[in-house]
Amino acid sequence: MIYRECGVFKTTYAADMALYRMPLAKIAVAAAAILAAVMVPLVSSDHLLSLANMVGIAAVGAIGLNILTGYTGQISIGHGAFMAVGGYTAAILSARYGMPFWVGLIAGGGMAAGVGTFFGIPSLRIKGLYLAIATLAAQFIIEWAINHITWISGGVQSTIYVPKPSLSGFPLNSELKKYYLIFVVAALSYVFAMNLVRSRVGRAFMAIRDRDIAAEIIGVNIFGYKLLAFAISSFYAGVAGALFTYYLEIANYEQFNITVSVQYLAMIIIGGLGSILGSIFGAAFITLLPILLRWAVEGVWGWFAAPTSAMLDVLANLRLIVFGGLVIFFLILEPDGLYRLWGHIKNYFRVWPFAY
Amino acid sequence: MKQPWPRMSRMALLLVAMWVVLAARAVAADKEPIVLGGVCDRTGPTQLVGVNLCHGVLDYIKLVNKKGGVLGHPIKYVEIEHGYEVPRAVEAYETLKGQGAVAMLDYGTPIVYALTPRHAADQLSGITPGFGRADSSDGKRFPYIFPLAASYWSQGAAALKFILEQWQQTGRQAKDLKLAYVFYDNPAGREPIPTLERLAKLEGFQLRSFAVPPPGLEMSAAALDIARRYRADWVLTHLFGRSPSVSIKELNKVGFPLDKVLGLVWGAAEVDIDAAGWDISQGYLGMQFAGVGQDFPSIQEIIRMYQAEGQALPEALQKVSVYYNRGVFTAALMVEAVRLALEKSGEPVTGPKVKLGFESIKDFTLGGLVPPMAVTEADHEGGGWVRIYQVKGKQWVPVTEWFTGYRDIVWELIKAAAAKGE
Repeated sequence: MIYRECGVFKTTYAADMALYRMPLAKIAVAAAAILAAVMVPLVSSDHLLSLANMVGIAAVGAIGLNILTGYTGQISIGHGAFMAVGGYTAAILSARYGMPFWVGLIAGGGMAAGVGTFFGIPSLRIKGLYLAIATLAAQFIIEWAINHITWISGGVQSTIYVPKPSLSGFPLNSELKKYYLIFVVAALSYVFAMNLVRSRVGRAFMAIRDRDIAAEIIGVNIFGYKLLAFAISSFYAGVAGALFTYYLEIANYEQFNITVSVQYLAMIIIGGLGSILGSIFGAAFITLLPILLRWAVEGVWGWFAAPTSAMLDVLANLRLIVFGGLVIFFLILEPDGLYRLWGHIKNYFRVWPFAY
Repeated sequence: MKQPWPRMSRMALLLVAMWVVLAARAVAADKEPIVLGGVCDRTGPTQLVGVNLCHGVLDYIKLVNKKGGVLGHPIKYVEIEHGYEVPRAVEAYETLKGQGAVAMLDYGTPIVYALTPRHAADQLSGITPGFGRADSSDGKRFPYIFPLAASYWSQGAAALKFILEQWQQTGRQAKDLKLAYVFYDNPAGREPIPTLERLAKLEGFQLRSFAVPPPGLEMSAAALDIARRYRADWVLTHLFGRSPSVSIKELNKVGFPLDKVLGLVWGAAEVDIDAAGWDISQGYLGMQFAGVGQDFPSIQEIIRMYQAEGQALPEALQKVSVYYNRGVFTAALMVEAVRLALEKSGEPVTGPKVKLGFESIKDFTLGGLVPPMAVTEADHEGGGWVRIYQVKGKQWVPVTEWFTGYRDIVWELIKAAAAKGE
């Protein structure tokens, strides 16, 4: 079973379009899915599960942003706000109207898709940095609206406590149960996105990214597809925001501020623009790196002395410096992101032990 | 056969050395250490507060351990920095939970919100002094959240009590008072508004609110409006970060008397006056939930601890005593709760026992650094005590004793919030 290709011998379109063309790849993906579904929850603690959960939530949001930015070439700095739209929609439905969480998830995604499409309209006229500023406006407008419209915010505090999500009477009240919820949603997001980008729609997105005038000439409806990209991408953001809200059991606009938008952009740039798997790598990198760095720095330091306040200050800032340094290092090492780095590793072993 | 021996013996030596180190650590603690946790912001947007406040926590815990711990138990305090980011705070919480913490300090409003459901689920008390929602004083609704410091509603009510007293001392009627409320336009800034509006209706004074949009560095128009058009008699400010100093400067510029300006707890530190300038800030009033300055026995003990070790005093203790003392306040109340838990419910110390410990805190004033609060099962705020200080010369000088204001109104609002249930 573990063999590799030595030429192109596809005889059907279906075989040519397959997501995973090699048996090894299929086995690897299946193994990863089983590992994530069965092994990880069995062996890990609440602590590790909480990390997995936050990576999962970030992955959903990052995949969404990558569809818009990486595949369609439209920059958005409003993704944190679109997440907030999803989060607050879910919170309002669940807390005020007693809706189950899956209604909240879908409605959160739908509402965010609507709002995202609206703020995507300027993309028909403006591009690049100008569009970035237009979506930045979305961030501020949505934050302002959540803060000042009492019906949305539920009062001056702008926070809504959300009841624990439950699936037909079965409460999802532990890290492990929430892990399964997030895992399923993240897996669905991944599969949908993988299929989307190899479809007619995905090819249209890439045509727009590569050269929009050429795309228009060959008959791609730019108006429709750009808005569709905004809608799909914001839907993902809304689902991620709703997931985050159910995960924390509270909606609070400070969870979705401008920093979050920038972090998601960082995720897809580091993970790899125009790559679905790369979005997951990026989500894991940005979410876990600060935490791993803390373990490393504190672990090493812990051997020498008990931490004093002055040292903790140094450590905290050291972590920022190392984090920034690593981000730059990885981008110089491989400007196309972690996904391409992963590709290099795969290619090396594909022909191993030969160099070519 | 000669070759392996030196390597083996070197290995053995290393193992023995490690064993000695570990054993020495074990011997130092005759009883099981009690783990307390804390999350802190040392690099994020509120790091100016965090580096000083968390320093106070660490120093007080060190002092307790130097004096033999709590009833013989050493305290192991674990601080994790989160940079004001929710995911990192969630990870920090889970780490602390995994290490067996029985109570922890939650630093930062979004962090408090994100962790509140976890505290209830894990029966692990969270201390949220000056952060989080005002209605978390309700111990029945939030059994494992302890604000301990006066909430924004209590602060607003107490501020109005003080202002009205000052106003009526000059022989005027409450209904003639014109009050301007200047607030940072975010949820925390808007939080006191329901209290103020309720009290304006009750006492009949005039109230007008002036929102300062973040980051709150531009206030000249608002200051002019307050002083010249609205002609306020008193100004109550609720600002964060750099904006308190801007408000002092701007109000001073338009000639508003600063002894009629009262800042709530996050606009009343030495750093704010440093930024505005001590000479122009004379008379400015600030509200505190923990004592300010070094004239407290516990602060003096910390100073002696540093002197005994031959170390220089930390800058936080000397120059930013407002925030440093709030750290000491937090740590002292956590340690006191652990002590009460040990006394009342015995070993081993667990989360629910420490909760009961918090709920029996009474008359624990630490020589005036902590107000005479009484925490109960229903009231996790301990009564909402505050004290007003004033800028005089080069320091903050107290102008009142510890007091509270309009408790009935504050609790009316808390009950209404509980009934709404969001």
